[in-house]
Amino acid sequence: MDNNSNLLPSGLPRIESLEMRGIVKKFPGVLANDHVDFDVKAGEIHALLGENGAGKSTLMKILYGMYQPEEGEILLNGRPITIHSPTDSINHGIGMIHQHFMLVDNVTVAENVALGLKSTRGLRLDLDVVSARIRELAEKYGLQVDPQAVISKLAVGERQRVEIVKALYRGAALLVLDEPTAVLTPQEVDDLFVIFRQMAADGHGLIFISHKLNEIFALTDRVSVLRDGKMIGTVNTADVTKADLANMMVGREVLLTRHRPPVTVGDARLMVTNVNAFNDDGKPVLKNVSFEVKSGEILGVAGVSGNGQRPLAEAIAGLQAVADGQILLEGQDVTNFTPAQMFTVGLSYIPEERMHDGCIKDFSVEENAILQDYVKRPYSNWIFLAFKQIADHAQHLIKSFNVKTPSRDTLIKNLSGGNIQKLILARELAREPRVLIAAQPTRGVDIGATEYIHNQLLRQRAEGLATLLISEDLDEVKALSDRIMVLFGGEVMGIVKSEDVTVAQLGLMMAGERAEQVFA
Amino acid sequence: MSENLTLLAIVLGILHSGIRLATPYLYAAIGETFAQRSGVLNLGVEGIMLMGAFFGFYATFQTGNPWIGLVAAALTGSLMGLLMAVVSITFQAEQGISGIGLYMFGLGISSLLFKTMLGTVEGVQGFRELHFCLTSSFCLADIPILGDVFFSHSLLTYGAYALVPIATYVLNKTTWGLKVRSVGQNPEAADSLGVSVTGVRYASVILGASLAGIAGASLSISLLNIFQENMTNGIGFIAVALVYFGSWTPLGVMLGALLFSSINALQLWVQVLNLPIPSDVAVMLPYLLTIIALAIPFRRSLQPAALTKPFSRGEN
Repeated sequence: MDNNSNLLPSGLPRIESLEMRGIVKKFPGVLANDHVDFDVKAGEIHALLGENGAGKSTLMKILYGMYQPEEGEILLNGRPITIHSPTDSINHGIGMIHQHFMLVDNVTVAENVALGLKSTRGLRLDLDVVSARIRELAEKYGLQVDPQAVISKLAVGERQRVEIVKALYRGAALLVLDEPTAVLTPQEVDDLFVIFRQMAADGHGLIFISHKLNEIFALTDRVSVLRDGKMIGTVNTADVTKADLANMMVGREVLLTRHRPPVTVGDARLMVTNVNAFNDDGKPVLKNVSFEVKSGEILGVAGVSGNGQRPLAEAIAGLQAVADGQILLEGQDVTNFTPAQMFTVGLSYIPEERMHDGCIKDFSVEENAILQDYVKRPYSNWIFLAFKQIADHAQHLIKSFNVKTPSRDTLIKNLSGGNIQKLILARELAREPRVLIAAQPTRGVDIGATEYIHNQLLRQRAEGLATLLISEDLDEVKALSDRIMVLFGGEVMGIVKSEDVTVAQLGLMMAGERAEQVFA
Repeated sequence: MSENLTLLAIVLGILHSGIRLATPYLYAAIGETFAQRSGVLNLGVEGIMLMGAFFGFYATFQTGNPWIGLVAAALTGSLMGLLMAVVSITFQAEQGISGIGLYMFGLGISSLLFKTMLGTVEGVQGFRELHFCLTSSFCLADIPILGDVFFSHSLLTYGAYALVPIATYVLNKTTWGLKVRSVGQNPEAADSLGVSVTGVRYASVILGASLAGIAGASLSISLLNIFQENMTNGIGFIAVALVYFGSWTPLGVMLGALLFSSINALQLWVQVLNLPIPSDVAVMLPYLLTIIALAIPFRRSLQPAALTKPFSRGEN
């Protein structure tokens, strides 16, 4: 780590230290950053940890010039600097890898890198010069990228490398990594971490934003924890435990492990046989998918985002046409039922897009509580809504599922993600379903609410509910599922017992290897 | 034999008219291509054309110099584009609605100015047809059969076709073109690299609108050499459709414009020759073709992803 040269492999000087002091940022009604101090040094990987809404992204957007703080200063190598725009930030040697890829899909890698840069040929693009420099950087940093490739043809892991090259090309000495692993397989994450470690060893400073505790322990030197806009503390990663960090994040004791007691498994409640489906462009999204979920069982569905999880959930929920195959719910053929029919035969569905499919954001908590049942007794009487019954029902859900809301008349969009999810879960479970599909039930939900939702799913399992749990969080899938099914390219790679499989083996299956090959 | 000659004459006539009539479509649709590539749908092209047609005509009428008319039309178009940009980019108004507003504005103002400043339909000497005379006795236009088809148009018509490779080059081979494509596809990505999304969109809309102004002038001081109320008669709207038809590329736009103007020329001949087809059906033909072309679904995947979506930093 200590090399005498002050130059990075890209040939630029290191940023020995970067300090943010007393940063205050207000949004209407929220103090997003409350006198936050933060610093990072050359050669260090510094984690910024916190729940959604704790102020991590705000702090980094201030550093990257996308927001202006009300108070506070930023010091680079001990000298105050001003950052008014991303351009200022880039000129100071700060690069950012955003959570959602900031790539223009329909153009090449070289064009993405060249965007916004001065050309050596004046007004004309100099893509050959850019490509040569990309190859040079790629070689020095061990990043495989093809400058001529069009982004839309690249896999997510490759796109991530393009983002890194883009930042390096612009002379980034300090890199902000905003949840860079969210869409990668475990193997891709490992590869990425090798690159990050090498970059730190070469003298880059790295800020790693995450809420995945495993990754923080695997990668970082120090951790700073934000909660409700305040900096709770900065510690050496080696000096703390996961439980310590979780407590700092949430402000109370949280249980990180889940207890999944053995239960008697009953009859198959959901049977899916050789289901095929196509998207709007006529491309297959589900290929001969077969599985069953029994009473008292949670079947986890693992896979990298976009490998058929969503079409599968929607095919069962009646939102995606099934071209071929059969879906049985307690023996009844429900293939290509409408969503309303599916609700009446005992399906509950927690969709992955909470704000888009799970609730109506400009409706009140109370109205959202009866989205499916508003036409039924006791919530409606002929053509009139029965407000008293609706209010009682909403109040009951709020109370029994511990939903934090100012009132049942509050618009649901004003609740936190965790509380919205709790209300959706409450609504779906109150309908006493025979089968539950839970798609990404804790994505973007804070640790406290996650703990609550997990315990609810396990309680329902004990009472005999058949649950299909679709999640990109492998730890969640492993902790809650009795069996795990891995999807790749719309195909089932295998269904394995949760206890019999490691995260690494799941990762191989997520990358397209069949269970037989993995366990051979 | 004479039947064959007549048929040849008709085909050549259609070709000649097709090339000529494509002029306003080309300027307007290539201009609109820039606006749409940057993510702004400017539906007000028709109104801008009318304003360009009027001021192009009026300046030529007053000065006798069509070049001054051309500059006046381009400037008028730019101002109309600035108005569209302020409303749809800075104030983030719904683009379809603000475009219709701009059309109504252009239609109304150009009619009002026509009545108060001209009063009656007058003629001017606009851009003349060139005949490419190499010597006093030999002109390229005199080449048998094809000479007249290709070498007897005005400078504005040739300019419209020259715009196709120029626009293609600017969009694909210059740094500014890359910015235009990027802000129309993923403005967040462009913003994160320090590209001014607002600036690029303003420039694209204003450039597109100045070309729409010239499109109007190509009618009033080159093809027809008169100004009439509502003389564009839907060309601006067809131009917007041609951008979709041409999959947001200047070359595609040109093919669409030629197809459209040729069918238009064809229907004129159908009327002239008194063929047993109702003239209403013939008039309908080009528009019917547009609707069919736009209904082909695969083209939509080529559409700039951020088209009609206002950009503001920090919102997800």
